[in-house]
Amino acid sequence: MSNDVITFAHGSGGRAMQQLIQDTLVRHFDNPFLRRGEDQARLPLTQLASQGSQLAMTTDSFVIDPIIFAGGDIGKLAVCGTANDLAVGGARPEYLTCSLILEEGLPLATLDTIIASMAATAQQAKIEIVTGDTKVVGHGCADKIFINTTGIGVISPEVHWGMDQIAADDAIIVTGNLGDHGAAILNERENLGLGDQLVSDCALLWPLVEPLLSIRGIHTLRDATRGGVNAILHEFATASGLGMQINEHALPVNDAVRGMCELLGLDPLNLANEGKLVIITSAQSAAAVLNALQAHPLGKDARQIGTVNSQSGVQICGAYGVTRHLDLPYFEPLPRIC
Amino acid sequence: MSQAIALRIQGTIQGVGFRPFVWQLAMRYGLKGDVCNDGLGVLVRLYPEPDMAAFVDDLHTQAPPLAQLSHVDWSRFRWNDPPAEFIIRPSQMAAMSTAIAADAATCPECLAELFNPSNHRYHYPLTTCTHCGPRFSVIEAMPYDRERTTLVDFPLCPRCANEYRAPHDRRFHGESTACPECGPKLHWWTETERIIAHPSDPDAPLDAAVTALKRGKIIALKGLGGFHLVCDASNQQAVMKLRQRKARVSKPLAVMVADQSGLTQLLEPTQITNAHYWLSSSAAPIVLADKACVCALASAVAPNLDEIGVIYPSNPLQHLLARALRRPLVLTSANRSGEAPPLDDEQAWQDLSHLADGLLGHNRRIVSRMDDSLLRLDGGQGLMMRRSRGFVPQAESLVEALGQSPCVLALGGDLKNTFGLLSHGQVTLSSHFGDLAVHSIEQQWQQAIEHYLQVYQCQPQHIVIDAHPGYASHRFGQRLAARWQVPVQRVFHHHAHVVAAMVEAKLSAAQSVVGICLDGLGMGEQGRLWGGECLVANYAHFEHIGGLPAVALPGGDQAATQPWRNLLAQWHSFVPDWSAHWPQALTDCPADALSRAIASGLNSPLASSTGRLFDAVAAYLGIHALQLDYEGQAAIILEQLARRAIDVRAQVSMPVYRAKNGKLQLDLAAFWRQWLVLDGSPAQRAWVFHDALAAGFAQMAKQIARERSIDTVVVCGGVMNNRLLRERFKFYLSDVNVVMAERFPSGDGALALGQAAVAAARLGAL
Ligand SMILES: [Fe+3]
Ligand SMILES: [Mg+2]
Ligand SMILES: [Zn+2]
Ligand SMILES: [Zn+2]
Repeated sequence: MSNDVITFAHGSGGRAMQQLIQDTLVRHFDNPFLRRGEDQARLPLTQLASQGSQLAMTTDSFVIDPIIFAGGDIGKLAVCGTANDLAVGGARPEYLTCSLILEEGLPLATLDTIIASMAATAQQAKIEIVTGDTKVVGHGCADKIFINTTGIGVISPEVHWGMDQIAADDAIIVTGNLGDHGAAILNERENLGLGDQLVSDCALLWPLVEPLLSIRGIHTLRDATRGGVNAILHEFATASGLGMQINEHALPVNDAVRGMCELLGLDPLNLANEGKLVIITSAQSAAAVLNALQAHPLGKDARQIGTVNSQSGVQICGAYGVTRHLDLPYFEPLPRIC
Repeated sequence: MSQAIALRIQGTIQGVGFRPFVWQLAMRYGLKGDVCNDGLGVLVRLYPEPDMAAFVDDLHTQAPPLAQLSHVDWSRFRWNDPPAEFIIRPSQMAAMSTAIAADAATCPECLAELFNPSNHRYHYPLTTCTHCGPRFSVIEAMPYDRERTTLVDFPLCPRCANEYRAPHDRRFHGESTACPECGPKLHWWTETERIIAHPSDPDAPLDAAVTALKRGKIIALKGLGGFHLVCDASNQQAVMKLRQRKARVSKPLAVMVADQSGLTQLLEPTQITNAHYWLSSSAAPIVLADKACVCALASAVAPNLDEIGVIYPSNPLQHLLARALRRPLVLTSANRSGEAPPLDDEQAWQDLSHLADGLLGHNRRIVSRMDDSLLRLDGGQGLMMRRSRGFVPQAESLVEALGQSPCVLALGGDLKNTFGLLSHGQVTLSSHFGDLAVHSIEQQWQQAIEHYLQVYQCQPQHIVIDAHPGYASHRFGQRLAARWQVPVQRVFHHHAHVVAAMVEAKLSAAQSVVGICLDGLGMGEQGRLWGGECLVANYAHFEHIGGLPAVALPGGDQAATQPWRNLLAQWHSFVPDWSAHWPQALTDCPADALSRAIASGLNSPLASSTGRLFDAVAAYLGIHALQLDYEGQAAIILEQLARRAIDVRAQVSMPVYRAKNGKLQLDLAAFWRQWLVLDGSPAQRAWVFHDALAAGFAQMAKQIARERSIDTVVVCGGVMNNRLLRERFKFYLSDVNVVMAERFPSGDGALALGQAAVAAARLGAL
């Protein structure tokens, strides 16, 4: 099998496709829903209803180069990404779909690795991948593999997080080092050779979110993926009409990422994460939130990075207390210095 | 009913003792009538009719020192009920078209009184008269009258009121006049005490501050348009402490001396006369001049620099301090590094108490921020580097053909920002604000815009912004335009630079020029990053001809702080075997990783920046290659090194060629090839680089000038603060008409002037 690659036959609907589904997808994802082999997954309502009062649903497509990288691969990413989008709404991720777009010529062994990784990630979080789809496109029509996942989760009744609750004087908390995922991807994709300390933080965040459900005073949370923490802060600022002021010296950044950012003139605040939350909580609850986060390995570097104020936009307070506007990069940072 | 004369005078004539001067003149001519200020200037009515030619001539030649007459018109009329004497009537409100005077340094008469023990203003630190003192910095509205300045808090005592009303007195209608009895009071604050000047011991705050300075302390000192930090410039420890507190590693500090005798120990003897000329002007700027070989200053004042910034006291309080201490004092703007300076004493003390050991201030409020202006001495010329106190708000007239546009607000650039207001064919540039990305500065700037609009009673019909979409000024301009429902115009950075120089040179509206614009960076057409450009331009339009070839800016803005990156970028483009030449001193730089980033275009946008080319050359010569402490540091040291070169014979060229995209470019590959094998000292190599750059651009300019039958070449941009480069350009362009900025900054401080003129030209053409 190691020399075998994806061909159009795997997307034909014929025997090759059946075999691919059985040997790769069903085998790894193995669960009663899939085993039934129907066109749809049939989800039991009573069990879901007993866990909460609302269903949460989200979808995301995953395209990344390289597909396997330090700290993860596209399969792990496809599970974590969607599961995390559920988790930040206070929803326990329950079920996922998996749609694959495969480029002709993708080695079957690579596909197998990725699917195995998806399965392992899902299993770890007790998420079932209950239905899916596979398409094959010609060489050059897609880049190796694209994955779409859609997820459903259940929100417990006591959770009412949302950006409408953000208020002045709230604390801004992040759950760990910034930019690990973006830095790792950049290093590998551009072959920068900046060392093996650059590792993606790709992780399932539900275990970190679950202990927060019972803490009063949490206003909203987000996973800081594409666009980094900066993009999330801008969303918060726009939605609330309030200012997000952060302290440069309080930002947790590991040395390898810091070094790379210095070299390339990038800001870790703009780099993607795949396992970090940004949490807005009332000032009184900040300590409780930090305690809960730091009790978990994923949150051991959690800290407050700033405060919501009554101004507008995102401001960063740097060395010597100089406060600057922090813009959202348009595409890439435009140099400004004259 | 009498045959009478109505004289209308415009210019800078309010608050400079102009009306009493007219009164005195009328007395001399034995005339009756009146004079008053209104929004349009000064209106004089006279009868009987004097010899008008002689009268107008006397108006021009004998006007008080701060007055500047721009228009004098007169006509005859029949006066029904003329007064029986010559009187000064109170101000009339009207549409605003009169120039407001700039703040002026203490005049000789006030200075004499200040140190005359028998004078009633002896040692009074806030003495002023119609010839000197605060103007724009204390004005809250127009016309200029005491009740519309911050002096409104201090009703005149009978003695001051008499002077104020006596037409023969120097303080006649001296709106900011005050005395120890009725005026603002000096105070000295420290952590533990607050001393206020008291009639029994009026000098107590001053004495406390003098003692502190003598002990090597740092004090915050209130000036006309803001606060300074001051310490003893001969005390190395004090200067080091100031640097440490301000987090200012090596950026030079200015030094205040009491008078010309104080210059002898600081400046090169040949510089003293010229320096004194500018220093003693009523603007009293900082003057950057060549340092004496053996300089009486702590080395930390201006480390490793051949030049030093000197300033004379510009207000009575500074005079008192300078005389009491009899030694050079460091004078630097009092703000936390990069932040907006505070304008109010309580705020200042709150902001500065960790920087200063005490604060010497007073209760006369400041309305408008005015930093010290900065001139660089170039022979007898003073090149304006920062135009602020003493020059702002002097208006600059546009050539007449551009003059009929409605009111325009030009917002300038984001760095070294000034904004400009165009109305009645004149541009009023604001004082210097600095980097608008800093929150506190942007806020101060927005308030200042509102204040200027209110003072000038002007509602802009157009807004002009720089083309760079990332500029705070660009976005603010768009918001303002939406709020006021007026059109917004984008002007390209380098067009604005060229036009600013055209305005200063009063070039005609019909004229086209070749513009060479050399700076760090600005947004060009199609989102390109420009900084070493050749344009053909008139006021309204430009065409991009070419310039330096673009190379990577590795790390974006990082490239402007780490010169070695620019060496790498240059060599990546132009020196194929670059790693063989890579300087020993730079082997620790992560050049390989960064060159991969350049190759894949990772945050390495292309830019044709002259500033970064200077950095590259400096980096090769080991000048601050790893990290700059302040903007332009490498280029400053490179120029200084080049100016020390003697007996340079070698020549290197940057040939002009036509690139594939049709643009004319300078061949930097040819330059580096020759320059790297050059046999010469670092100083000689630095000189040769300057020479080659000027020669290359001059050749390009002349080629275009010939092709287009243009006779004027404008050379501008922040790089043109470089004296050697100016000299080389003049040398290579000796056969054409060369225009360079002098009274306005070459750099971004004059962008708004250019922007306003571009808008005027375009609107005039509609
Ligand atoms: Fe510029
Ligand atoms: Mg997502
Ligand atoms: Zn005076
Ligand atoms: Zn008085």
